[in-house]
Amino acid sequence: MDRWTRRRFLLASGVVGAGALAAGGTVIGWQDLAHGARTSPLPAQSAVLVVLTLYGGNDGLNTVIPAGDSAYQDARPDLAYTPAQVLDLGDGLGLNPALKGLHALWEGKRLAVVRGVGYPKPSHSHFQSMDIWQTASPEIPQSTGWLGRWLDATGKDPLRAVSLGGVLPPLLAGASTAGSALPTGAFRLPKGRSLNAFTTLGAESPADSSTQAQAATADRDLLTVARTFGGVFDGAKASLSPRQSPSPTASPAATPTPGGQTAQPAYAGSGVLASQLDVVASCIAAKVPTRVYAVSLGGFDTHAGEKATQEQLLGELDQAVSGFLARVETGPNPVVLAVYSEFGRRVQANANQGTDHGTAGPVLVAGTPVRGGFYGAQPSLTDLDAGDLKFSTDFRSVYATLLHRVLAFDPAQVLGKDYPLLGFV
Amino acid sequence: MDTLLAGPGPGGDPGAAATPPPDLGPEPTAVGRDPAARKAANQQRAQQELLLVAWWLDRMTRVTAPLVEKRTFFWHGHWATSEQKVRSPQLMLAQNQTLRALGGGDFGVLAHAMVHDPAMALWLDASGSTRRAPNENLGRELMELFTLGIGNYTENDVREAARALTGWRLDRTDGRLVFNPAAHDSGSKTVVGQSADFDAESLVDLLVGQPASHVHVVTRLWNRLAAPGAVPADAMGRLLAAYGPGRNLTALLRALLLDPVFRGATVRGALVKQPVEYVVGALRMLDIRVDTGPGRSRTTLLAALRALGQIPFEPPNVGGWPAGSAWLTTAAAQARLVFAQWAVSGADIRPVTSAPAAARVDAAARLLGVDAWTPRTRAALAQVQDDPRELVLLALVSPEYATN
Repeated sequence: MDRWTRRRFLLASGVVGAGALAAGGTVIGWQDLAHGARTSPLPAQSAVLVVLTLYGGNDGLNTVIPAGDSAYQDARPDLAYTPAQVLDLGDGLGLNPALKGLHALWEGKRLAVVRGVGYPKPSHSHFQSMDIWQTASPEIPQSTGWLGRWLDATGKDPLRAVSLGGVLPPLLAGASTAGSALPTGAFRLPKGRSLNAFTTLGAESPADSSTQAQAATADRDLLTVARTFGGVFDGAKASLSPRQSPSPTASPAATPTPGGQTAQPAYAGSGVLASQLDVVASCIAAKVPTRVYAVSLGGFDTHAGEKATQEQLLGELDQAVSGFLARVETGPNPVVLAVYSEFGRRVQANANQGTDHGTAGPVLVAGTPVRGGFYGAQPSLTDLDAGDLKFSTDFRSVYATLLHRVLAFDPAQVLGKDYPLLGFV
Repeated sequence: MDTLLAGPGPGGDPGAAATPPPDLGPEPTAVGRDPAARKAANQQRAQQELLLVAWWLDRMTRVTAPLVEKRTFFWHGHWATSEQKVRSPQLMLAQNQTLRALGGGDFGVLAHAMVHDPAMALWLDASGSTRRAPNENLGRELMELFTLGIGNYTENDVREAARALTGWRLDRTDGRLVFNPAAHDSGSKTVVGQSADFDAESLVDLLVGQPASHVHVVTRLWNRLAAPGAVPADAMGRLLAAYGPGRNLTALLRALLLDPVFRGATVRGALVKQPVEYVVGALRMLDIRVDTGPGRSRTTLLAALRALGQIPFEPPNVGGWPAGSAWLTTAAAQARLVFAQWAVSGADIRPVTSAPAAARVDAAARLLGVDAWTPRTRAALAQVQDDPRELVLLALVSPEYATN
């Protein structure tokens, strides 16, 4: 119990307690990435995996919608979409009307919809179920994430997995190697003599406690990042922080407008997810040797007034993802983006025009190497487990496919055993 | 210690008296769907939100006995409720007052108040939950986060607890929760192995009486004030004894602050200062007042807290704010630097300025309440000891000041 409590607490806190990060080990800054891009650039044709986590439990039944099923209409009198409202996928299913860009990818056979993804004896706790998805271990609590174990097994290079948003998610924490958590935003450093003193402040000291050592690392990173990273990301960064003053090191990569403001690239949405994906696209273009990126979007815990909230979030997702994929599709590196959430939601709506925590949900996979179409069986809306969907596809089959086909790695080494591969990539 | 816990004498806390809760005015209401009226209401609410946040920061900065506000902030993170969903600064202020008033008493009384708190009812969708379609949100988090901790209840317990909590609805005209017996499920429920016709009252009584709940409350407090992870067994025994069957929060806090493990070396420097602690601590030590009205200092302060990732009344989710390494990103290092640059420009640093140059590094440690500098930081600060403002600025972004 203690272990679960602690792990849940840490996960709730957005902190990877176990594994390499807590040991004060590998928090990597931009400078390391920049160095990596110069010394060991990502080889052309190396595929890149982007994992998009939807926090809060996205309602899968109102994402990939069985609009033609009368059981769906009956269970959700105020929440259901009609067949005419959804974006048709065939098979009696349709995408949420907010997912227009993803529907265009579907039409172009570049979107796979893996249906009914889940695991046995599902947890309805946000924190525990997200832990299970990120560690790929439903039965026994694990201290490492599934992509962290891939890092451990493939040369312990933390540069190869990067999280955007400043906090490292557990999925990138290995036993000996953790991925990098990168900040976003413009830099403002001390000047002159104070800069020298600040440099000294970021040095390692044997007298530091482990948290103090991490604070020193953060100071040190900040300094060297801005100094050595050059202009690679400035264009992207400028669009990340429209409310901040432009970076003093603004590079020619950013496009100044007559008003002196940095132009928003046409593909950039307004949301935080778009900003994260903007940096990912810049990293890929700069040939940073990163194979895996983790990005996220939160707010899907729609117990009340679900329809408007979910549509707004899915709209943000749609704009960000389709813009990102359009930007990277012309590059030499194939990019595969996978979207998941910790659980779907109860079939039956509650009294507040919302839904409570449920179980299985769809995983969406998009990108140029993706073979569009349906995978996995759509769960029945009448053969339920205490009001919840029964999963048809083990989430570890999705991971196995991504590990094998995108990262060219033996899935059993990460997942403990073999799971049936799906044909989506 | 007892004075610290009891707060100032009968005259009260002059800092608290000088910072009474603000009059936020009425809840802005937009009738109908007129876009202009809705926009105006949103703008009015945004102003009330700014006033509310600035008031609390001001109060934290000016109280003589900071422990009451620290305790209230702890409970705000425990019963984490966000204005971003509640959208009523008035109800958020009322919850804040409840947390302040009850945060040092019986945890059971606090739990009852939170289960019937209007802001909480909106936040976790308890308002409008009916026996025909119970909403599980409050019932689940009540057990998982607020009282028991995960692993100490079943999925069936969640559904049964949700039934017990049905029948309440928030009346928006007067901000009160109203009970409608017709919407309440009065049947028998089984929760953590006990069967009864539980309602909200008897459910809370049942939960806060569980031994697992006592461990949970002690652990949550320990994790915020002492160290992450499990509470060492010897300390846990002492803290549970202090908490006792009366769930005495003041006795628990007192025992924690006096505990030999808490005062020992293993816990020192184990926690990272939360952004609000970091910012308010600096304001207190540098004698900087928060401007609660619209102005540059309020804007700067809130921008700093936003960049650091912690705005009071806006926790990221029901689990509350992160802890530990989460605050030590490169992005946060930049935000601390920007805040420190602003803070020293208006600070009273006479204790450092008036010291001879060679003594200023130590004077800065005393001013900021840092036990000791590492040789590394001492060397860094000595480089600017002839410039007291730069010295204090760098001390504020030192690894020693970032941690507790």
